[in-house]
Amino acid sequence: MESKISQERAPVAQKPHKIDTTVTGDIGGLVDIEINGRPYQVPFGITILEACRRNNIHIPTLCYHEDLCIAGVCRVCVVEIEGMRTLQASCAYPITGKIKIWTTSEKVRKARRHILDLLLSEHYGECYSCVRNNNCELQTLAKEYGVDYYRFGHVDQKRYEVDRSSYAIVRDMDKCVLCKRCVRTCIDLQEVGVLEATRRGYNTLISTFMDKPMIDVICINCGQCINRCPTGALRAKDPSDEIWKAIDDPKKHVVIQTAPSIRVAIGEEFGLPPGNSMTGQMATALRMIGFDRVFDTNFAADLTIMEEGTELLLRLKRKLVDGDENVKLPQFTSCSPGWIKFIEHYYPEYLDYLSTCKSPQQMFGAVIKTFYAQEMGIDPANIVTVAVMPCTAKKFECNRPEMNSSGFKDIDYGLTTRELAQMIKEAGIYLPELPPSHFDEPFGDASGAGLIFGATGGVMEAALRTVYEIVTGREVPFKNLEITPCRGIDGVREASVVLENVKEEWKFLEGVELKFMIAHGTANAKKVMEALIRGELNNYHFVEIMACPGGCIGGGGQPIPTSPEIRKKRIEAIYKEDAELPIRKSHENPHIKYIYEKFLVDGPCGHISHKLLHTHYTKRGKYIV
Amino acid sequence: MPIINDTIFFDEKAHGEALEKALKLTPQEVVMEIRESGLRGRGGAGFPTGTKWMLALSAKADKKFVVCNADEGEPGTFKDRVLLSEYTKLVLEGMVIGGYAIQAQKGFIYLRGEYAYLFDHLNTYLERMRREKRLGNNILGTNYSFDIEIRLGSGAYVCGEETALIESLEGHRGEARNRPPFPVNTGYLGYPTIVNNVETFACAYIVMSKGAQWFSKYGTEKSKGMKLISVSGDVKKPGVYEVPFGITIKELLELVGAEEPKAVQIGGASGICIPMSEVNRNISFEDIPTGGSVIVFNKERSMLKVLRNFMEFFVEESCGQCTPCRVGNKKLLEGVELLEEGRCSHRYLNELIELGKTMQIASKCGLGQSSPNPFISIVTNFKDEIMSNSIRGNNGK
Amino acid sequence: MIYPDKNVIVSEVEHLVEKYGFGRENLLPILQEVQRKFGFISDFAMQEIAHRLDIHPVEVYGVVTFYSFLSTEPKGKYVIRLCKTISCDIAGKDAIARTLERELGLKFGETSADRKFSLEFCHCIGMCDQGPAMLINDQVFTKLTPSKVIEIIENIK
Ligand SMILES: Cc1cc2nc3c(=O)[nH]c(=O)nc-3n(C[C@H](O)[C@H](O)[C@H](O)COP(=O)(O)O)c2cc1C
Ligand code: SF4
Ligand code: FES
Repeated sequence: MESKISQERAPVAQKPHKIDTTVTGDIGGLVDIEINGRPYQVPFGITILEACRRNNIHIPTLCYHEDLCIAGVCRVCVVEIEGMRTLQASCAYPITGKIKIWTTSEKVRKARRHILDLLLSEHYGECYSCVRNNNCELQTLAKEYGVDYYRFGHVDQKRYEVDRSSYAIVRDMDKCVLCKRCVRTCIDLQEVGVLEATRRGYNTLISTFMDKPMIDVICINCGQCINRCPTGALRAKDPSDEIWKAIDDPKKHVVIQTAPSIRVAIGEEFGLPPGNSMTGQMATALRMIGFDRVFDTNFAADLTIMEEGTELLLRLKRKLVDGDENVKLPQFTSCSPGWIKFIEHYYPEYLDYLSTCKSPQQMFGAVIKTFYAQEMGIDPANIVTVAVMPCTAKKFECNRPEMNSSGFKDIDYGLTTRELAQMIKEAGIYLPELPPSHFDEPFGDASGAGLIFGATGGVMEAALRTVYEIVTGREVPFKNLEITPCRGIDGVREASVVLENVKEEWKFLEGVELKFMIAHGTANAKKVMEALIRGELNNYHFVEIMACPGGCIGGGGQPIPTSPEIRKKRIEAIYKEDAELPIRKSHENPHIKYIYEKFLVDGPCGHISHKLLHTHYTKRGKYIV
Repeated sequence: MPIINDTIFFDEKAHGEALEKALKLTPQEVVMEIRESGLRGRGGAGFPTGTKWMLALSAKADKKFVVCNADEGEPGTFKDRVLLSEYTKLVLEGMVIGGYAIQAQKGFIYLRGEYAYLFDHLNTYLERMRREKRLGNNILGTNYSFDIEIRLGSGAYVCGEETALIESLEGHRGEARNRPPFPVNTGYLGYPTIVNNVETFACAYIVMSKGAQWFSKYGTEKSKGMKLISVSGDVKKPGVYEVPFGITIKELLELVGAEEPKAVQIGGASGICIPMSEVNRNISFEDIPTGGSVIVFNKERSMLKVLRNFMEFFVEESCGQCTPCRVGNKKLLEGVELLEEGRCSHRYLNELIELGKTMQIASKCGLGQSSPNPFISIVTNFKDEIMSNSIRGNNGK
Repeated sequence: MIYPDKNVIVSEVEHLVEKYGFGRENLLPILQEVQRKFGFISDFAMQEIAHRLDIHPVEVYGVVTFYSFLSTEPKGKYVIRLCKTISCDIAGKDAIARTLERELGLKFGETSADRKFSLEFCHCIGMCDQGPAMLINDQVFTKLTPSKVIEIIENIK
């Protein structure tokens, strides 16, 4: 599915086996095979691992990941094929003939156990002092194979220093099992290229360019590597201690906002299957933990739509009416901080295409430390803003020096879904059993448009619901407001709507076909940018880009594991909740109307909003110094 | 150069004109001739060359490649160096024949970095071939065109493994690929590619010039032809020997003048080490296969020191991607250290042997699959010597 | 030219990319030439090459660190590589190693301060019948004895 598109860069070695149909003529057919003595029919060309999984035969894996190209390096998944001297990695072996497979023969069990023994002998770290305790694939394997002693010894000293330089990602290479999932994520899936295997033999080490600390290399902090690391070698930088401290400090007014995609994923941390919405329960839990106010980032997403939609219309006007050649179109969304850093590094000449809107998280922070502080009569110096995000890049974003237009840091701490779940557990709360409650006023309600920001295509859909209506005075011509072309998980999608019978003040848009494009995952973002450079996007108007596969629901701060299936479930949950909400359009959110009446009085993209809600970008370039 | 009985390579007058003959045949006929000769790869694994070429010929693609594996990195092997420098014609025209047989347009010589001094010699020879129309466009006036480029390695033993070699040619780290797909289908840049040893191409030349029948006169049932053996270590006359397959170790030792031998390492670091009690075994794919390295140790040598040298080699030269080889070799090396210190119990030694057996079947490529060979064979064949150290100080070795 | 000027690297890389082509398959020949010319592949050179071939700098770094003849640290004008594999070892490699260390005043793995010599071990160089053997840059020296080594070093010093 989704993963295939991003494998173009993968070395030939790791690409899925291409079956030569001219030779076999068998494509699409079935093959009779035998697994553990029983007959099965499986599609020609699938791997042994897939064949087994489809038939509920368990094979342990470590380096295999559904999102990634095949490595076949850990050798945990080996199986015996009758007639072959060596064992074969089932994740990499395509079935093209009638073979007999043994998945748990003596040889296989012994080999797997040996491989585990070897991995454990090199794995420094104790399970009880590790973030991945109970959610570690190496630990699980050790348990599965009943490892109760270190057959080949155990490292007793750290060999590598923990790299804590990044705002978002902590690297502890002593826990690395060299599965190369992070490498495949970073180079092939995301095309960012921070991590790669270096050196060779026993000295092989996953490292950065010239072994530099993460802060010095071109990392966009998307955290996708963390999501796919089987152990605790890669993890997010956790600010929860400081947040607890702020909560415990009676002088501090601690405000928390939670992003749209948290609610549909956090249940997984408590053992629920993916796709369970925990909105109300989460609000209750946050209050129990001791946050003074619990807000919904969806409100800020609505605000973003107002600002970004207006910005788009203004750009169109300046271009079409005023003939201003300096106006850049298409306008690119700016709510994904990973994407922002990506474009700043790789396409610094194209920053003018970005919307100047801050991301919802930062907008909300700015509003809290100004408008909210005023209304409540609290000194903003005493307000601590915490943002729960599905995202590790947000940790970097909130530390950007320009993000302090109120005179204070817009957001003090960025917390991930996983870290929030940890705080909830630490507070002794079992989330799924809580009674639901509402978010706090004055930003208590949000629209479905704000909610769908969490899925790829959501920003576009939300923006269209509003922009179309502003321009034509009518709802978007889609049943139930479901703008289906925006939905789905193809890496790059595009569609258009024609603006007809527009209102008087938008006369210049009459008959204009509004063309938009959606991409998720930076590898796809790169494709879009290359198309832009080639001039192929000249008549497009709006482009949504999310750094993470699937959008925010697949963010680097979300529960582990991740897979196309899990992300799909989370997306479905988001759309379901949207459909059930009374308000579906950002401009109809009463709180949005209120804030433009009371505070942002010169309207979207006005003077005040420009100061507080918009930002500028930095040309970073691609050289590492 | 010492010769036993007959020779294929060392008598230049007898080489004949293979290229002319081959180009008069169809590619299928060339492949059939090679198949009939029973030629098996000389790089170590011994895959039937005719079958390999046939698979590559029948693969459909708009480009195909020929790669000559001149990465000769196996400790104790140097016969390819001799072929490349002294019998250049056999190798390079053998490549052209291979190219014609599979209908490739381009060939690479992957020359190990350590042999960079052969680069100019080979290039000059290629130039000469181009001038003589034996390479380039319309070879010998036919409508077959083929060219050869030399690529240097950069000091990595594992790049001799054919898929790692292809990775290296593509500008990647020399990490072996998953198989299938095999290079004959999906090789260099995804195109069908044959990778053959230097000696294999030279043999192919001989087969084409002398005929399959003549070639298969030599050797044994399953190992046809003559084999070049590089001999070093404690012998009077080290060097390259051409011997028929099936020659016993004993005969070989006599031929080279072994001095008070105690052990013979056959097949280089990844081969096996046999004691004198087994010298009646022979060199062939049926018994002891080898890429051509024979190292003789006399009775003064400490087998533990020999083993340590081999294991250090593998720890450094493993590509490091797969677990059994990356960590396994290290554990075996640590085992050798324990043995040296007299701190390796017999029980733990057995654990390590079992580990070695796992590595042999679970590693991703031939390196890890064969690196336990010296460990297992030395500790089993020379157990008394190996286990004679004690914590209180070793026995003087 | 201890640390080559950036402009020199830029034009050298440009020249090499023109010579070999833009595809990744040309990475190794390009790296080898840079190594030969400058004695090492600087971090700037790696980035320049990466950008030209449209790959990531870290991929180039991964490749450079994989191969033992490529290095990210400056190497001497003469890189001496003594074979440490078994045949040379039993032929008397240790005495040669000691001689080299003494004569050059360097330990294995080191490069002299004037960047004239680098001393390293390497694995089998295919001269097992004529050991001990060593490579000085691309040239082989075989059947070494301590006095022969002294002579060789004196000649290039
Ligand atoms: C670790 C390793 C190193 C190898 N080194 C070489 C080598 O230096 N030269 C060679 O011809 N084959 C080498 N091989 C064998 C090749 O993988 C391959 O089998 C051979 O090039 C095929 O050619 P052939 O069929 O002509 O023997 C090596 C294999 C392994 C696993
Ligand atoms: S066996 Fe060794 S050399 Fe081969 S792939 Fe595995 S780690 Fe690399
Ligand atoms: S899961 Fe197949 S080798 Fe790692």
